[in-house]
Amino acid sequence: MDILTLFVALPALTILALIFAKDLRQSRTIAMVGSLIQLGMALNLLFAYFRERAINKEVFVFVKDVVWFESFNIHYSIGVDAISVVLILLTSIVVLAGVFISWKMPELPKEFFISLVVLSAGVYGFFISTDLFTMFVFYELAVIPMYLLIGIWGSGPREYAAMKLTLMLMGASAVLLVGILGIYFNSNADGGALTFNLLQIAEVNIPFEAQKLFFPLTFIGFAVIGALFPFHTWSPDGHASAPTAVSMLHAGVLMKLGGYGVFRVALFLLPEGALHWSWFFIILSAIGVIYGAFAAIKQTDLKYINAYSSVSHLGMVLFALLMLNKTAWNGAILQSLSHGFMTALFFALIGMIYGRTHTRDVTKLGGLLKVIPFISVIYVIAGLASLGLPGFSGFVAEMNIFVGAFQHDNLFYRIATIVSVSAIVVTAVYILRVVGMMLMGPVKNDAYLQLEKATWFERTGILLLLIPIVIIGVAPLWLSNAILDSLTPFLAHLT
Amino acid sequence: MDISHALLIPMIPLLIFLVLGVFYNKIKPAVSGYVGVMGMLVSFGLSIYTAYQYFLVNGQIDGVYQSISQKTVWMRFTDTLHIDMGVLIDPISVMMLVVVSTISLMVQIYSRGYMKGDSGYTKFFAYLSLFTFSMFGLVLATNLFQIYIFWELVGVSSFLLIGYYYTKPSAVAAAKKAFIVTRFADFGFLIGILIIGYYTGTYDFETLNQPDGAAILSWTSGSFMGLSILTWALILIFIGGAGKSAMFPLHIWLPDAMEGPTPVSALIHAATMVVAGVFLVARLFPMYYFVEDGFALQVVAYVGAFSALFAAVIAVTQTDIKRVLAFSTMSQLGYMMLALGVSGYEGHEGVGYTASMFHLFTHAMFKALLFLGAGSVIHAVHSNYLKDMGGLRKFMPLTNITFLVAALAISGVPPLAGFWSKDEILVAAFEQNKLIYLVGVLVAGLTAFYIFRIYFGIFWGKETQYKHPPQESPASMTLPLVILAFLSIVVGFIPFSEFISADKAGFEGHLNYPLAAIATAVGLVGIGLAYFFYKKENDLSDRFVHAFGQFYTWTFHKFYFDELYLFITKKILFKNVSYPIAYFDKKYVDGTMEGVGNKTVWFSEKIKKIQSGRLQDYAFAFVSGVVVLALIFVYFLKN
Repeated sequence: MDILTLFVALPALTILALIFAKDLRQSRTIAMVGSLIQLGMALNLLFAYFRERAINKEVFVFVKDVVWFESFNIHYSIGVDAISVVLILLTSIVVLAGVFISWKMPELPKEFFISLVVLSAGVYGFFISTDLFTMFVFYELAVIPMYLLIGIWGSGPREYAAMKLTLMLMGASAVLLVGILGIYFNSNADGGALTFNLLQIAEVNIPFEAQKLFFPLTFIGFAVIGALFPFHTWSPDGHASAPTAVSMLHAGVLMKLGGYGVFRVALFLLPEGALHWSWFFIILSAIGVIYGAFAAIKQTDLKYINAYSSVSHLGMVLFALLMLNKTAWNGAILQSLSHGFMTALFFALIGMIYGRTHTRDVTKLGGLLKVIPFISVIYVIAGLASLGLPGFSGFVAEMNIFVGAFQHDNLFYRIATIVSVSAIVVTAVYILRVVGMMLMGPVKNDAYLQLEKATWFERTGILLLLIPIVIIGVAPLWLSNAILDSLTPFLAHLT
Repeated sequence: MDISHALLIPMIPLLIFLVLGVFYNKIKPAVSGYVGVMGMLVSFGLSIYTAYQYFLVNGQIDGVYQSISQKTVWMRFTDTLHIDMGVLIDPISVMMLVVVSTISLMVQIYSRGYMKGDSGYTKFFAYLSLFTFSMFGLVLATNLFQIYIFWELVGVSSFLLIGYYYTKPSAVAAAKKAFIVTRFADFGFLIGILIIGYYTGTYDFETLNQPDGAAILSWTSGSFMGLSILTWALILIFIGGAGKSAMFPLHIWLPDAMEGPTPVSALIHAATMVVAGVFLVARLFPMYYFVEDGFALQVVAYVGAFSALFAAVIAVTQTDIKRVLAFSTMSQLGYMMLALGVSGYEGHEGVGYTASMFHLFTHAMFKALLFLGAGSVIHAVHSNYLKDMGGLRKFMPLTNITFLVAALAISGVPPLAGFWSKDEILVAAFEQNKLIYLVGVLVAGLTAFYIFRIYFGIFWGKETQYKHPPQESPASMTLPLVILAFLSIVVGFIPFSEFISADKAGFEGHLNYPLAAIATAVGLVGIGLAYFFYKKENDLSDRFVHAFGQFYTWTFHKFYFDELYLFITKKILFKNVSYPIAYFDKKYVDGTMEGVGNKTVWFSEKIKKIQSGRLQDYAFAFVSGVVVLALIFVYFLKN
């Protein structure tokens, strides 16, 4: 089996093994071993990619193509470039950390881990596909388990949250499907056969009128899961109700499908539509950046704060993608990665704090640095990373975005950029507010003095997520070079 | 000149930070203090060696000091724009190396005594090392982005150290305030960097600061509100510098930053980090000077002069000795800024630049000494307030003498360090702008007055009855005091203008006797007034307070700037922006989405009656469907 298909096959095997698991101990062991192998494979893929790239200059490497549904010319065609490779690595790390964080899953552990693995299989499949239809199928595969994961293992108004999240994402999928079909039915514009294959469609000059029509559909279809303002409201409620590992996976990985899809499909296949519409979506995403940050200041629930922070940070991804230049795109990919690790880390920490204090209300918490130092210190570090402190991945990503956005010499772009940059101040306000209220200050509740220190599996989960943030933040050049290299064909296509 | 050893200077504190941070729980406090001091000693030795090599042995070619750099690409944006990491050795960076390493070393030695027995001892030394690393990185930066990176890192070290006593709500608030106010300033800084990068195509200091002004003038940019965009960029960068250097109106964080342990105030909030803003303007001085006839430089001069006066006036009224010193720092930073603002470029024209750097250097010594002396006093009487002190000269002779030396130095009494640098600043101001000169002289008088006000208040004045008689601090604390006092006496004799000048060629400095005499006289008057007011307990000062009435109240409350900022942030931003957005999101954005969902449910409620389950309904629907279809079919067939 080829190196990429394994990424979908292994989860299938894990699920098979999980079905025979008897209790929590067995299920978590299987899930852990499965995701550990997956992480090993992802690391191996990274190195294999670099080796292959040295000799293979195609847009995608490790390409494979199998006809799946002949009458509509649907193929199982796969391939990766640096962008998908790093996102696969992100996924495997977040999944493994998620398994560690769910080490003590009390209810239906077997079913929980199965849903988690199904979700991850969908994500892997999405990242390796180069066929629009296959991509869409995997996308749905990743989104559906969310309903179960929140509806069954969630807290608070979980049915409501699960329903809201699923319906909004499904609504977006419907719009997306129209967009994809629109692209499909225009893929013979130059006289060839209808096709779903990304690279083949990219060769075709889709008529401008069609691009103008289908770009917004495709963009919005993907961007809803990337928390585009004003379609972001599923995210705070969804995150608040979801169990920890699900929040991690959802914000850390699933929301990245949005930006990735926009980049791979909407911008790549409909470049003229993108140029035509970019101003409009730039306004929406710039609003999202600053709006999410301001909304986060007023929240008191930790998960809501982080959800709005995600709206702000992912708004930055969409904003950067719409800048349509190399530097900003590089920043968008780096921001996707960086936000993936950071937000997963945040949700993991919030889960630990909630598990101990049984509240997520920052006004009730206080002085945690004194009682649970490890978790608190990491929270401070994650906060600093989130507000774009140099030395962490967020800084590298944001600077690429800002410098890229500033390449446009035009008042509209300038203002949009300055609005986005101003988020660095607002972000500092909401992060330090939480740090000041929750971690510093006197211990507000005597019951907190007896809180349990971080366990080994919690520490492992945390460090798994923290290490990449630091690596990217300290030595970003290798990564950004690899991404830039992969951006070239997409950029060439734009002009 | 080989500068590879200069790379080691920041690396040593970084290594120590990592070791202390990772093995936080396993290291004994005594060991961590020792490791910190030893590491600093090595960095200090290397800095002195670099300074010796550079200034005295082989830094010059044809009488001009060279910029030597070693760098590697860290992040690439476009083909021309990239962030480099490296070290840039030139006169001001070498001088800053000496300042930072000297003060860091003194403060670390001092902290071993001051922080003894504190539960976070290791953490404290780890933070200090992190700060020192970042500060070295800042002064050695080769380009705008590198300086920005370390700029943020010193900001976060400052945040951590101000909030060191993190269980104290006031310390937490002060730490947050410091970070957010400077971050706001950095927002301007970053935009400035983006503009400069876009129009000049480089972030690199060596390219930006070409000694030949023509190259700088060749960069073109559009204009905005009557000024060229490059001028705007320089003003924005100055905003960043003003935030760090606590210039009006971004000064509000500095007095609160005194919540941190006193050694921290000495190191970060007096001698090193707060001069970063001055250093930044000096670093980009050729650009400030040449772009649009130095308009941005005018802004620097006036902001500096105003801040100097504003802070000196407030310092007179404060009763917390650390706050007096904080406002004094702000005032002296204003002095340095105004000196840069009135500076020319070539030869003796650039005396303002030299004077600014000279004052930065001497100020670091005597202000660190003042803070460490104040720390020694606070350590003994466990209070920051003048009312709890008095007559301490009998209990703490060494602290008394060294504090007096520092007070004389900052008052500009010859031949101490402050006299020489202050004189040069006044000379520069006199030659360029008489108004600024007058402000400078006035500030000199006020400075002498407020510093001797606290000196007499602490060591003379009323004979306070102490519950536990205060004791002189241990040797680890008094040793740095003595060394710094010695430095405060001698460093003024360094012929600074030969080493550091705007055009790097150096010039012969000489004392301007009439101006020096005026400044000294004003200083002595200030000291004399303080002597009459505060040497012995009397009610003179109270009578003056009454005479000033409302003005005194306003000054004592720092002209209500804290309240103004609180109003803007809490009442306007939080209440009228953030809260409405959160509400709008819940009510309207989410409401719309909910509405769509609810309408769908409502609609399906309506139409679900069709699915009634009764056979006759379905039969009816079936038959009517057939009829309708048949009618349509017939209709179409006929046409």
